[in-house]
Amino acid sequence: MELILDGLRKAFWLLVTMDPEVFGITLLSLKVSGLATLISTVVGISLGALVALARFPGKRIVVGLVNTGMGLPPVVVGLFVSILLWRSGPLGFLGMLYTPAAMVVAQAVIATPIVMGISIAALQQLPQKLTLQVLALGATKPQLARILTKEARLPLLAAVMAGFGGVISEVGASIMVGGNIKGYSRVLTTATVMETGRGNFETAIALGVILLLLAYAVNLVLTHIQQRERPR
Amino acid sequence: MNRNRPLLLLAVALAACLAWSAPEYAAAERNIILATTTSTQDSGLLDVLIPAFEKKTGYFVKTIAVGSGQAMAMGRKGEADVLLVHSPEAERVFMAEGFGTGRRLVMHNDFIIVGPAADRAGIAGMKSAVGAFRKIAASQALFMSRGDSSGTDAKEKAIWRAAGIKPEGQKWYQETGLGMGQTLNVASEKQGYTLSDRGTYLALKKRLDLTIQVQGDRGLLNIYHVIEVNPEKWPKVNAAGAKAFAAFVTAPDTQAVIGAFGVDKLGSHLFFPDAEKREEDLGR
Amino acid sequence: MSAPAAVIEGKGLSVERGGALTLDVPYIDVREGEVLSLIGPNGAGKTTLLQTVAHLVPFAGEIFFRGRRVGSDYPVLAYRRSLAMVFQEPLLFDATVFENAASGLKIRGLKKAAIREAVTEALGRFGIMGLKDRSARSLSGGEAQRTSLARAFAVRPEVMLLDEPFSSLDPMSREPLIEDMEAAVRTTGTTTVLVTHDLMEALRLSDRIAVMYGGRILQAGPAEEVMNAPADEFVASFVGAGTLLKGQVNGAKGDDVAVITVAGRQIEAAGRIARGERVTLYIRPENVTLSIPDGGAAEGPQVTSARNVIPGVVTRVASMGFYQKVSLDCGFPLVSYITGESREALSVAEGRRLTVSFKATAVHVIKKS
Repeated sequence: MELILDGLRKAFWLLVTMDPEVFGITLLSLKVSGLATLISTVVGISLGALVALARFPGKRIVVGLVNTGMGLPPVVVGLFVSILLWRSGPLGFLGMLYTPAAMVVAQAVIATPIVMGISIAALQQLPQKLTLQVLALGATKPQLARILTKEARLPLLAAVMAGFGGVISEVGASIMVGGNIKGYSRVLTTATVMETGRGNFETAIALGVILLLLAYAVNLVLTHIQQRERPR
Repeated sequence: MNRNRPLLLLAVALAACLAWSAPEYAAAERNIILATTTSTQDSGLLDVLIPAFEKKTGYFVKTIAVGSGQAMAMGRKGEADVLLVHSPEAERVFMAEGFGTGRRLVMHNDFIIVGPAADRAGIAGMKSAVGAFRKIAASQALFMSRGDSSGTDAKEKAIWRAAGIKPEGQKWYQETGLGMGQTLNVASEKQGYTLSDRGTYLALKKRLDLTIQVQGDRGLLNIYHVIEVNPEKWPKVNAAGAKAFAAFVTAPDTQAVIGAFGVDKLGSHLFFPDAEKREEDLGR
Repeated sequence: MSAPAAVIEGKGLSVERGGALTLDVPYIDVREGEVLSLIGPNGAGKTTLLQTVAHLVPFAGEIFFRGRRVGSDYPVLAYRRSLAMVFQEPLLFDATVFENAASGLKIRGLKKAAIREAVTEALGRFGIMGLKDRSARSLSGGEAQRTSLARAFAVRPEVMLLDEPFSSLDPMSREPLIEDMEAAVRTTGTTTVLVTHDLMEALRLSDRIAVMYGGRILQAGPAEEVMNAPADEFVASFVGAGTLLKGQVNGAKGDDVAVITVAGRQIEAAGRIARGERVTLYIRPENVTLSIPDGGAAEGPQVTSARNVIPGVVTRVASMGFYQKVSLDCGFPLVSYITGESREALSVAEGRRLTVSFKATAVHVIKKS
C-alpha cells in the first residue's frame, strides 16, 4: 500500500516539475498511439462499413476472422512485424526497425481489427430496413455508407476508444519493434516495464499513473464528442 | 463517408509516419544497432557513454537491451552491428563460428551471493562460490534464480555445474524469469538467496532485506567484451560504426569514465576498466 | 374513356427465395394520378412487390418508368429519386425533425434555401412545423410517422410508395394521419401505391385495388369492380361480399338522412352530406333483407324502419354453408346474406322478384371522392 502511495507521490512530483524525460516519454506515447489509432480508425471503419453493408459469400468467415483479430496478442503482432522489418526480412530495406514509425505500424495492426470488428457490429445493429429507406431516399452507395456511419456514430466512437485503449496500454509489440531506446522510442508502457525490471517500483507506479491519466484525458475528449453529438 | 476523405486521411497519416522516420532512412550509415544486456542498461553506464559517443562521432546508437542469449542471436542474424555482452563461454562459441570480427575486453564487475541476514545455509564470509552453492543445496535453503538465459543466469548455472548439483525441479530452487532488480525484490520478500551483480544490488540496497554473503571469488567475475559483428556474413551490418564504437569504449578516456562511474551515487565503483589487460589476468 | 397513362409498368416481375417464387407478377401498371392499393393477407407478396417496384431488392423482370426501361434506358438512381417510400416503421435518423425531413433533399444535393422551402411545406402538410427542432428520439409513434411522411413528400416525388404506413399506429393517431395524408395526396395529385391489409383503408383511399395472394395478383381494377365482381373465390372471401356503389348526393331528408342517386335510383343513407357531393357507399350483405313483394307491388308501403325498400331480381344464389349468398340486380348490383330457412321460405331462385330493404344506417359512406 505504501508503495502505491509513494508511486502516486512520485507521479505528482514528476508531473508538477514537468520532468523533461517523463514529458518526452508521455508525448511520444500520445504521438505513437494517437497516430496508430487514427490509421486504424480510417482503415477499420471503412473496411468495417464495406463488410457490414455488402453481401458476399463467406461473409460470416470474414467477420469471424475480424472478431478473432480483435483478440490478437499484441506480442505476436510485434513478433511478426519485427520479422518483416529485420534487415534480413522482406521490408528490411526500409530500415524501420527500432523506430517510433515501426511502433505506429505495429500498433495500427493491433488496433485495426478492434475498430473494424466493433464497427461491423455497430453497423449491423442498425435496423435492417433503414438501408432500404436510405436507398429509397435516392442515396448513392457512398451516400448510404456516410449516412449509416453517421447513424451509428455512438458505437463507432466507442470503437475508436477501444482501439486507442488497446494500443496506449500495449507493451509487447512496442518493445519488440521499438527497442525502448531512451529519448527515441521509449514510451510510458515500455518505460514502466523497464523500471519494474530494475526494481524501481516507485517510478514504475508513477509512470503507470501517468499513463492512466493520459488515457483518461484522451477518453474524456472522445466521450465528450460522443455524448455531445446527441441532439436534445 | 465521402469516398475520398478516408483515403486522404490515410495517405496523410502514412506520409506523416514515413516523414517522421525519414531522417533515419536517409542516413542508414549513421545508425548503429548495439545489442547489450538489461543489466548493462540498468546500471546506467550506457546513459553516460552513449550520448558521449554520439556527440563525438555523430552516430545515432540504437541500444537494444535484451538477454545475453538474444543479444548474441541478434548478432548471429546480423540484426545488430556491435554487441556489449558478458557471457564469455557463449562469446567464444560466437567468435569460433565466425560471427564476430573483433572481440575486445572492456571492463568487469563482479557477482555476489546475497541472502537473508539469518543465513540458514551458513555461507556468510565463504571464499568459494561453488562451496557456498553446495551448502545452500545441502540445507535446501530458498534460492531465487533468474532463469532467463541472461548473463547472470549463465554464470549461476555454471556455478551449479561446477558444484555438481542439479537444482532444477527442486522445491527450494525457484526460477523467476525476471530481471535482476525484480529477482532481488522477490528474494528479499521471500528471504531467499540469489546471485546478483554488484551494481544492481547496490542500487537497490536501501530497500532490500538482504546482505552480501559471498564475494571476491574469481569465479564470480562478470567480464564484459565488445564484439563487432562480422560484415562478411551480413553485408548490411554497419561495420564502420561498430568499429568506431568498439574503439570508443576501449579508448583511455572512456575507460576512465567507466572507472569513475557510480562512485558518487553509490559510494563504490560499479565497473573496473580492463581494456589493456588480458582476460586471464583478471582477478589476481 | 381511355385509362390515364401508366407512370410505372412492371413486366414479368418475379422474386425467388429459397427455391420458391415469392413474387410472380406478369404485369402491373401504376397510372398517372391514381391511388393504387395492394391488398391481401400476410405473406401475399405485397411488400415484395412494392420493394421490387421501388427497385430496392433484386428481382427478375423489367420496370418501365414513363416508357423508359429502368436500368438500361433510365438510370436506377434517377428512377429511385423520382420515387419516395414510407415504411411501417418511421425509420428516422438520429437528428431533428427538420433534418430528417430534409434528408431526401440533401441527398439530391439541393441548396439550403430550396431545402428550407420544401421542408417547411411538407412539415406544414402534416402539422408538425412546431416539432421541427425536436429530436427524432423524443417523438411519439404518430409524430414519428408524420415526420417520415413529411420526409417523403418533401422531395415532391412522382410516385409515392407506402408500405402499411398506418398499421403500427394506435387508432387515435391513425385517423387524423390518414386524413392528412389523404389531403396531401389529393392536393398534390401524387400518384400513389399503398400496401395495406385493411380493406376499409384501401376502399377509402384508392381508385384501383389489386388483390394479392401467394405472390400473385389475383385481380386488379377499380374498387367497385373488385368488390362487386370478385374474380374468384379467394378474392371474394378476402374482400367479403359487401357491395360498393358510387353515387351523388342530390338531397336530404330531415336532419340526418342524405338522399343519394345511384344508377338512377334513390338511396337514403344516414349522415349529413352536402348536396352535389360524389360519394362511395358500402353495404354489408348481412344488412340486406329480402322479402316477398306485397301484392306484387314493386315498392312496399313504409311500415318498416328500413328507409330503403326497392325491388330487385335475383341473379345468383350460392350456398356458403351456414348462410346463403344472394346476388341481386336492383338497377345496381347488391348482395344479401340470408339463412337457408329464409331461402326456402322465400323460394329464392334465379330470376325471382323480391323486395330488397336495408336501413339508412346500414349504408356506410366510405369516402367522398
